[in-house]
Order: sequence, then structure tokens, then C-alpha cells
Amino acid sequence: MVDFNRFTLANGLKVLVHEDATTPMAVLNILYDVGARDEDPEKTGFAHLFEHLMFGGSVNIPNYDEPLQRVGGENNAFTSNDITNYYITLPAENIETAFWLESDRMLSLAFSEKSLDTQRNVVSEEFKQRYLNQPYGDVWLKLRPLAYKKHSYRWATIGKELSHIENATMDDVKAFFKKHYTPQNAILVVGGNVKTEEVKKLAEKWFEPIPAGEKYSRDLVQEEPQTEARQETVKANVPLNAIYMAFKMPGRLNQDYYAFDLLSDILSRGQSSRLYNSLLKEQKLFSDINAYISSSLDPGLFIVEGKLVEGITTETAEKAIWSELEKLKAELVADNELTKVKNKVESVLVFSEMSLLDKAMNLAYYELLGDAALLNQETEEFLKVKAEDIKRISNETFQPNSSSTLYYLTEENA
Amino acid sequence: MLNRQQAPDFKQVSTINFIHPEKKALDNGVPVFTIYSGEQDLVRIEFIFENVNWKFEKPLQAIAVSALINNGTNKLSAKEIAEQIDFYGAFFQTEYVQDQSSVTLYTLNKHLHSVLPIVKDVLSESQFPQHELDIYIQNQKQKLQVNLKKNDVLSRKEFAHALFGDTAYGVNIQAGHYDALKREDLIEYFKAAYAPNNCTIIVSGKFDDASFNLLNDAFGQDWEKSNAVKNSFNFTSTKKQFVYTEKPEALQSAIRIGQLAINRKHEDFSGLQILNTVLGGYFGSRLMNNIREDKGYTYGIGSGISSLQQAGYLFIATEVGADVCSAALTEIYKEIEILKNELVGEEELDLVRNYMLGSMLGSLENVFSHADKFKNIYFAGLDYDYYSKYIEKVKTITAEELLALANKYLTTDSFTEVVIGKK
Repeated sequence: MVDFNRFTLANGLKVLVHEDATTPMAVLNILYDVGARDEDPEKTGFAHLFEHLMFGGSVNIPNYDEPLQRVGGENNAFTSNDITNYYITLPAENIETAFWLESDRMLSLAFSEKSLDTQRNVVSEEFKQRYLNQPYGDVWLKLRPLAYKKHSYRWATIGKELSHIENATMDDVKAFFKKHYTPQNAILVVGGNVKTEEVKKLAEKWFEPIPAGEKYSRDLVQEEPQTEARQETVKANVPLNAIYMAFKMPGRLNQDYYAFDLLSDILSRGQSSRLYNSLLKEQKLFSDINAYISSSLDPGLFIVEGKLVEGITTETAEKAIWSELEKLKAELVADNELTKVKNKVESVLVFSEMSLLDKAMNLAYYELLGDAALLNQETEEFLKVKAEDIKRISNETFQPNSSSTLYYLTEENA
Repeated sequence: MLNRQQAPDFKQVSTINFIHPEKKALDNGVPVFTIYSGEQDLVRIEFIFENVNWKFEKPLQAIAVSALINNGTNKLSAKEIAEQIDFYGAFFQTEYVQDQSSVTLYTLNKHLHSVLPIVKDVLSESQFPQHELDIYIQNQKQKLQVNLKKNDVLSRKEFAHALFGDTAYGVNIQAGHYDALKREDLIEYFKAAYAPNNCTIIVSGKFDDASFNLLNDAFGQDWEKSNAVKNSFNFTSTKKQFVYTEKPEALQSAIRIGQLAINRKHEDFSGLQILNTVLGGYFGSRLMNNIREDKGYTYGIGSGISSLQQAGYLFIATEVGADVCSAALTEIYKEIEILKNELVGEEELDLVRNYMLGSMLGSLENVFSHADKFKNIYFAGLDYDYYSKYIEKVKTITAEELLALANKYLTTDSFTEVVIGKK
């Protein structure tokens, strides 16, 4: 159970407070309701590049990191297709420094040319390090545009190509800030050894003077239902053949989300899972096999991916995956098996409460979903899922005509 | 009027409280250290075994045992073990590191009595079936093939081998090592290492007397002792050496440079940690400021010092654009030279002090982290004085001491320099 108090400032900024007196630390987490899905198709990778620029100094504070380190704090951030999330951890008695820093960069950035130059290079190196200079590193750069034709999920957060990052201009940066980095588009969570009253005073002092700005209203082109099986073959300097299969599934707020999460657990959570036992251990077709969901806000993907044992053909391997999926469509999952994945989820949720930062991030994310209190109802939602639900969603989802399959082959095999 | 240019007042962290463990022993003498917290209804139990009987011609014995230990006993198959653990929502993890192998159980308190017997069965009766070993060998060889395509992985392997040779710290694992694995070797190692006289148990979480009795019932008897010899290595510093593997298609080069140094037992260790922080140990470090934030050569660069039981080493590691690899190396050596020739300014040193104290406080997030802090000192033969002295050193070290430490330990003439990619 993660308790919290909640209030909204006059400029529309939502604030949540989680009091935890067992730690001497505090966390300030701020979620901006903007991700790669909000980008212009010709300027992809921008939300993430912008995240880097948020550390390049703000209007009144030339250096973001240094004053924070000076009070014993640390920070980081991440960008996804849906959100951009920034967080600070520091000794609770120095919490005001976090308010000072974080509110100033919501007020306005320094927009320094030097910072833009440097971060274009840094992000280009990140693109190389994580996506281009790694075996299989560019899978998502290929799989997204195969699975999505209209929706902005068709590109990855790093962007479609290096040139989009290299061509980013200061005007783009300013426009993006004005459009998305307003109090109305943000959720602030403060957690740890703090009191709600004190947080309220600090929030009113540092954040309330920031102009509300304009509310960004999202109007994304939605994907049309997929009606044909899609396939693509890639040949690269990799040692093993691999298969990636993507199926369409509903977005995060759909009631079936919980059933999909359990379905992926049944297939591939741990060494008792179906794919691991059947395809890796018994049939020895894969040396690595996984199923997982993308958990995105708009309709997402259910992924099955594996690396093939040398000498196994992609036809054989793919057929074996389908045969496991067909079983889920034809037969109800046994009670024991469903209870097993539910128990595991319950346990994971209890263990996740060991981390203050995780609690703060989760509160912000669930508030974005509509209500932070949903976080505390998760276990119940998972427990409600029935074997019939798993069978129903398997039938709805695992259809060749809504699948996108990427064959990632070694150069000799292509 | 709010003055946003004025930083709020702050305080340096003054006290850091460490939760000390309670020590008990099982009936057969296995020491049990418990760090208690009643906050959540869960517990972590770690069974830690020293690595033993090192044979350089069989470098995978301990690693394969650690990976396959839950793959079948006389009573249960690999699948049954996994199903039962998962059914109770528990987590069973094994880990092999240079000095130790551990088996860790995470469970909700309500299922402790159900999962402990499974862990006992695994730790005392594991069978290493041949068919499981065959699958392991095949799949590990495939994973190795993928890893050998990663420049950062290659740079780690080459660096460790250059410093530590064919010991458990440095052996460069090849596909042939997997092919040579024999079931008898695994059983032999399992019997030698996973024995009560080679085991320490560290518990963290909600763990009362009744829970201790459950643990004692399971592990306090019927567990065969062994005669094992703990691994022992001696290392001597090497001369300057270069390892360069050219990858013509590389977009980035992986750089890893450094040398043997001291470990946690040495009186200079805390000072060296502070020096390391200045150089490359945090986001605001000199290497990050210069090579990422000023030059934009890399997504990240860092330095570290690593404390093993029988050695220590320091390193600087990064992946940089292939076209700027030489320039990046030049800048790294330049930063080291500055530390050896110029005093760290008072403002920077204050920042580093405060950052390190905050970081230490933040690293004690929950009961598991308190247990991890205890393991650091216990297995190095130290006590909580170590942390008191560390905190004191962070608060009081002078720029002159840092300069002396830089000259004593950052002796680039004897650095090993590994580059994988293009220069």
C-alpha cells in the first residue's frame, strides 16, 4: 500500500506527496505528459534530445547538476514513447534545493547553443552505442515501422535516423518547450522523509508562480486495424538467426491489460514458463526465448522473440511458436498455472514497495493514467482475471493477419 | 519577491546510521547474520559460498554449477523446482562472482515454510542431469557468440585477462571451455563448495525466531561437510601494455584502461575512492565534464575501483565515436596528469564531499541495502569502523592528500590500455 496526499496548484500542476519516515532521503519526481509519440514525423527523437537539454542550464541557474551534487543529491531522467520522467534523490533535509532546480527549468531553460551542440553529439553517440554498434541493436528501429503504419509509435524514442537529431535547431527546442513543458502537462510527486504541509508550502513558493501555459491537447492519428500478415527479413553481421513477432494489443487503460500481462507471464516468466520449457528445454529450438508486452498508453504490442539454435530453420521455429499460441486459443489455462502467475505478480508488487524512487515514479504514472489510487488496486485487478479471459484475448490477438514478423538473419543465412 | 538565482540553504549530511546484524548460528555451525526490518512482510535469504579448488584447466566449474544448481535433484526436475518456487511467488536467484557463489531466496513471509525445503533440496541434493548440461553448453556457446560481437564485452574480457591472467579473476572464456564441461566435474565442485562449512547466511527483512527455527530445521542438519580449499591468487603489477583489436566496421570504439590497485583492506582505499569520484565516479566528474559534456565524444564515461578479496584494480571505461578515439584517449590521460600535478580546488572538493555523503546515505535505502553494506565489510574481514573512518575521510581529506594519492596510484606508465574498434 502506497499512501499519498494530493493537491493541485493554481496553475494546474498536480502534486502528490508520499510520506515515508523510515528513510532519511527524499525523492522529487516530475513526469511530463510528452513522449516520442508527440513528435513531428520529420523531427523524430526530439522528446529524448530535449530531455538531455533539460540538463543544460535553466533561466536563472546556469548549471543544473552541480548545485544538486553539492547538497548530496543525484538525478536522472528517461524518455519513452509516452512520457518523459525526471527524478532527484537527495537527503530529505535538503529537499528545497530540488524544488529550486526543478521549478526553474519548468519556468524556462537557458537555451544555450553550446548545450544544443554538445547534446546533439552525445545523443548521436547514444544512438550508435545502443542501437547501431550492438548485435540486434536496431531491431526496434525495424519492428516499429513494420507493426505501425499510421501511429507515431512507428518510430523509437531515439528517433528514426541520426539526421533528425543532427538537424535539430534552437527554434525547435523553444517551440517544444513552450508546447509541452507547462505546469498543466506535468505531475509532481514528492516522497520520503517529508510532510505534506511542508511540501505544499514549497510547491506554492517555487512552482505556483510559473505561468500555466496552454494545455496541450493530443490528437494523434490512430492505427487502423491490421488485416494482413506482415513480414520483413533483415540480414546483418550477427552470429545467430532470430525471430521477432509483434501482435496488436489494447492500450494500457483497457480492462484486458491485466490479462495480457498475465498471458505474457504464462508464456515466458521464468524457468517454469511455457515457451522456456517447451521451445528451449524440450524441443531445443531456441537458445533464448521471451514474450512481453509494450505497456503503452495507445494500443500496444505483444512481442514474442527468440534466437534460434544453430541448424534450426526459421520455418520450424516459427511453427513451434504458433503451436504454443494455438494451445492458448484452444485450451483454458489450468487453475494452478493461473494462480502461479498471479502469486508472482502479487509478490512483485510487494517487493516494488522496497524502493522509494519506484513508489514515487509509480504514483506519477498512475496519476497520469487517471488516478494514483489505481496503483493500490493493481493486485485486485490481476486477481480478477479468469482463464476464460486468457483464452478470449489469445483468440483475439494471435491471428496471422494481425501479426508482424521480423526475421533477423545472419549474413550466411539470408 | 522570490530570488531564483539564490540557492536555498542546505546542510551537509551529518549522521549516517547503519543497521548492524544480529549474529546466530545453525546447529551445524553455519553463521547466520540477520538485518531485521518489520516494514514489509517479506524476507531475503542469501546463502553465500566461497569459491574453491580453482583449476585453470576447468575454469567453468563454479560458473556452470551456479547456473545449473536448480536444474534437478533426486526428488524434483528442473521444471518442478521452478514451478514450485514460482507458485509461491518466490524468487530463486543464483550468482557467481569472482570470489563467491551465492543462492538467494526472496519470499513473502507467509510462504517461507513452503519454499525453504525446496531450497534445501537444491543446495544439498542437486544432480546436474546430463541433458540439462547439454542444453546449457549449447545455449551458452550461442550467447558467447553474441557477446563476442559487443566491443564493450570484449574490452572487459581483454582487460581482466591482461591484469589477472588465467585465474578466476581473468580467465578469457572461449567456446571450447564449454565443450569441455563434464557432469562429474560439476558434481565434484558442487560437493566441495556447497557445503555447510563453506557457507555464510545473510538474512534481511522480517525474520523472527520462528523463521530462524524453520531455517535451522532445514539447513542445521543433514547437510554434508566438505574439504575444500579456498581460491588463492597472487598478482604482480605489470608493465605498460597495449591490447588493440581492430574492428573495421566499428562505429564506436570501446576503451578500458587501468591497472592493479589496492582493495578495501588497505588504509588508502577510502582516499582512493574519493580521488576516483573526482576523476570519473559521478555525473559531474572531470572525465564526464570534459569528454561528454564539453566534447560530446561519448554517451558516457566513468572510472571505478574494484575491491576483490585478493586484489584490487582501478579502471576508466567508455565507448566513444570511432573517429574521436585517439582524441578521447589523449583527454583521459590529460585529466589524470592534472590530478597528479594540480591541487583539487576547495569548491570542487566540497562538492565531492557532500555528493559522496549524500550518496552513502541514499545507498542505505532499505533493509537489503543495509545487508549489502554489511557484506562489503564482513567478507573483507573488516567491521563497522570501516564506515566510520570512510565518512571521516570524506569529510576531512585535503587536496594535498589527493595529489599524493594520484601520484601513488595513477601511474599511467604501468597502465594496461585496451581498445576494441578503431583508433
